[in-house]
Amino acid sequence: MNGTLGTAVGETKWEHFPHAADVGIRGFGKTVAEAFEQAALALTAVVTTAEVRPLISVTVEREAPDIELLFVEWLNAIIYEMAVRKMLFSRFAVTVDGTQLRGTLWGEAVDVARHAPACEPKGATYTALKVANEGSGVWTAACIVDV
Amino acid sequence: MDLARFTRVDEMTWRIEPHGAMRVPGIIYADEKLMRDMDDKVYEQIVNVATLPGIVKASYAMPDAHWGYGFPIGGVAAFDAEQGGIVSAGGVGFDISCGVRTMLTGVKVSDILSVQKDLADSLYRQIPAGVGSTGAITLDAIEMDAMLSGGAQWAINRGWGEARDLDRIEEGGEMVGAIPACVSERARERQRREMGTLGSGNHYLEVQAVTQIFDTDVARTYGLDEDDVVVTIHCGSRGLGHQIGTEYLRDMVIAAKASGIVLPDRELACAPINSDIGQRYLGAMRAAINCALANREILGHFTRRVFAHFFPDESLKLLFDVSHNTCKVERHVIDGKRRQLFVHRKGATRAFGPGHEGLPADLRTAGQPVLIGGSMGTGSYILAGEASAEPKAFSSACHGAGRAMSRHAALKQWSGRKIQDDLATQGIFIRSPSTRGIAEEAPGAYKDVGAVVAAAEHAGLARRVARLRPLICIKG
Repeated sequence: MNGTLGTAVGETKWEHFPHAADVGIRGFGKTVAEAFEQAALALTAVVTTAEVRPLISVTVEREAPDIELLFVEWLNAIIYEMAVRKMLFSRFAVTVDGTQLRGTLWGEAVDVARHAPACEPKGATYTALKVANEGSGVWTAACIVDV
Repeated sequence: MDLARFTRVDEMTWRIEPHGAMRVPGIIYADEKLMRDMDDKVYEQIVNVATLPGIVKASYAMPDAHWGYGFPIGGVAAFDAEQGGIVSAGGVGFDISCGVRTMLTGVKVSDILSVQKDLADSLYRQIPAGVGSTGAITLDAIEMDAMLSGGAQWAINRGWGEARDLDRIEEGGEMVGAIPACVSERARERQRREMGTLGSGNHYLEVQAVTQIFDTDVARTYGLDEDDVVVTIHCGSRGLGHQIGTEYLRDMVIAAKASGIVLPDRELACAPINSDIGQRYLGAMRAAINCALANREILGHFTRRVFAHFFPDESLKLLFDVSHNTCKVERHVIDGKRRQLFVHRKGATRAFGPGHEGLPADLRTAGQPVLIGGSMGTGSYILAGEASAEPKAFSSACHGAGRAMSRHAALKQWSGRKIQDDLATQGIFIRSPSTRGIAEEAPGAYKDVGAVVAAAEHAGLARRVARLRPLICIKG
């Protein structure tokens, strides 16, 4: 699956890739922060492809020894907020400063009838983890999510 | 998988000779077809596990092995603390103490048919399942600590279970050595409103019919007969376990990096058993085992309430409750010497054979029930542990069918609504908040569970006792 949820029409900026038991998510962007935001959209799409209204905002701050570990921290911060607040998120704004991250998530409470959530992410993993500048101004951020 | 990379020891035993940094050989138990179909990543992961410090005898994989995180799913490895052995958060997995319980209902298939739809609807209403579901139970800080120490015993003390269940739960329902203080605030917060919830993904509650008995004597001991109805619950330690897994995996990765250890795969992050972080992880992991035991006990209680409404003359009796994602301290005989080992089972079920001291008296002759979940359409199995599983794989067997296809591929191939309708015509009622979730868990996305359990039996890990067919499946 790939999509344009929350991005300019026609620009595919995230995708899912297969894993034996779980699912891989990958975000693309002009900056590492944008790749992180797009990967977060891919994370939401693991749960639902229904519209998620950006009604409530939540901020998270994470830190890690390197950019790849920071990416996993970012995804796990979202998974935590989804689980504790029983929310889904559809808009993300990230700033990355070295190995520190500040993110804002916008979303709404899970509505089982409307969102029909397919599965619950348990955690982002270090499997197939890659955050890289692919050249020609494209960053990618990817890993497998355990569901 | 390329079979040329293995030494075939016997029909069911495939050996990877130690090479490179491997400290011990790798061994897979499977038939030739399962081997050929197995992911190449399984080979790589078995080899990686064999390089870890303090590993004893071999790095094992069960017939249902597939690509996991660091360890293969279906992996078994034991470590000796006295020889620098390690404990690995990845070797246990994110869903700590994920496991299966099967309860006998006293009801026959013919009793169910007239109420099957109502029973399915009632279970679906009463068992919180899926994303966004909240249990009826909220824990404050004191109750959280009591649950993390007390496991199923705690649930029973609070009125959510029956004392007679305890004998039929691993560790008597209460994992000793849990250290609630090693469980973070974030892990607690994730669990505060999740007790008595099923979760999602491959977790389920099924009402099943016994369709075939393979071993009449053991089946009698277990209380199983053809056309009996049982209830099987597959789930784990919910958000608490996931958060503990996430946090300790990160801390172990960072600790490894800081001490200059180069890991072949970050998911293999581990710490010496005799280290501060190793001990803290063990304390937290055991608390998560208690959380899973308590959770399954509570779900069993909810199920009993529903059944009592439909069948007031029957009471549900627990056959067994066993986990397949754990690290347990066990004593095993290695080269004639009894040693204390830390046995990691990642997607592998403990399978004590007849006579094992760890079994309750009424199961000691038959061996431990080994509960194997299949897919929604194909059914499940109840096996009995074999004594030969002890020297072969530290008393371990398979845990399920194992996926043959990714969620991604399953979603492309099937419609959840059509699967639900097709299964209904076969007398299998699926209830789930998500048709996409049903498609991702399509029966065709799983390996043939029959081939997996036959391989486990032929390899001498566990023998078949009964086959089960689903009647009702509640999926998160």
